[in-house]
Amino acid sequence: MIADIAFYVFAAILLISACMVITARNSVHSVLFLILAFINAAALFVLAGAEFLAMVLVIVYVGAVAVLFLFVVMMLDVDFAALREGFQRYAPLGLTIGFILMVEVGLTVIDWSVASGAHFVRLAPMPAHLSNTAALGDLIYTHYMFAFELVALLLLIAMVGAIVLTHTDRRGPRRQNIETQHERRIDETLTMVTIEFGSGAKRISAQSGKEIG
Amino acid sequence: MVTVGLAHYLVVAALLLVIGIFGIFLNRKNVIVIMMSIELILLAANINFIAFSAALHDMVGQVFAMFVLSVAAAEAAIGLAIVVVYFRNRGSIEVDDVTLMKG
Repeated sequence: MIADIAFYVFAAILLISACMVITARNSVHSVLFLILAFINAAALFVLAGAEFLAMVLVIVYVGAVAVLFLFVVMMLDVDFAALREGFQRYAPLGLTIGFILMVEVGLTVIDWSVASGAHFVRLAPMPAHLSNTAALGDLIYTHYMFAFELVALLLLIAMVGAIVLTHTDRRGPRRQNIETQHERRIDETLTMVTIEFGSGAKRISAQSGKEIG
Repeated sequence: MVTVGLAHYLVVAALLLVIGIFGIFLNRKNVIVIMMSIELILLAANINFIAFSAALHDMVGQVFAMFVLSVAAAEAAIGLAIVVVYFRNRGSIEVDDVTLMKG
């Protein structure tokens, strides 16, 4: 009973915050509502018994992706008011398409059933004695090892790609150059001179050590 | 109040999908909000996966949901990097201008 009430509360907050994401005037507010939506979706995952994915959702999405969005929104000096031009113009079209889509998906959701033999062709029935995380780990480190490594490779490529795209070679501040530091020799930098009494200061060239005059 | 089952999750996911697609139409010019809408759509797909996984007692749905999560994270990273580079070059992130990128 409490779980049912919790489901309705979390689902309602999820949908409302999703609506706020797409209608908020300020993009920063959009990102914050996106974070709220993800947290409520994680709560729905917990209610469905997928604790590990719920925690992954909170850590990966709220901790990384949403913060990345927030970072970009705040870093780019964009005139968000100008970007909202045409908001009303596109709303009727969007509402029409959204309504059609909702009717279609709704028809699908209302009238469907699990095939009668579906329970017999399950690939990995949930083991009763294992926790959700252990069961998931059992699966991804055995049967889905190859796909798991492919996903890891994909993330690596995404990371490299993002760095390559956004990296710029800044020429502004002076940098330390280890090679030139190591290749300096003492006679290039230091000159020993003996100065006669009363001759005064004279300019000395660094290379030869001769007096310039 | 009806006991929460698979159908409830499906309805929530369907509404979330529709909200996400509506968001793409509503914010035609703002790339960042469009990407957030795509994240919502992927979240709807994940809710479907989890719901079916829980209803059928099959772990594979959760495995696949995890892969969807990773792909969505990679997509967000690359997309935002492109947005940053585009903004650096043109000083704006209006989607309409992006047609100029055609060769």
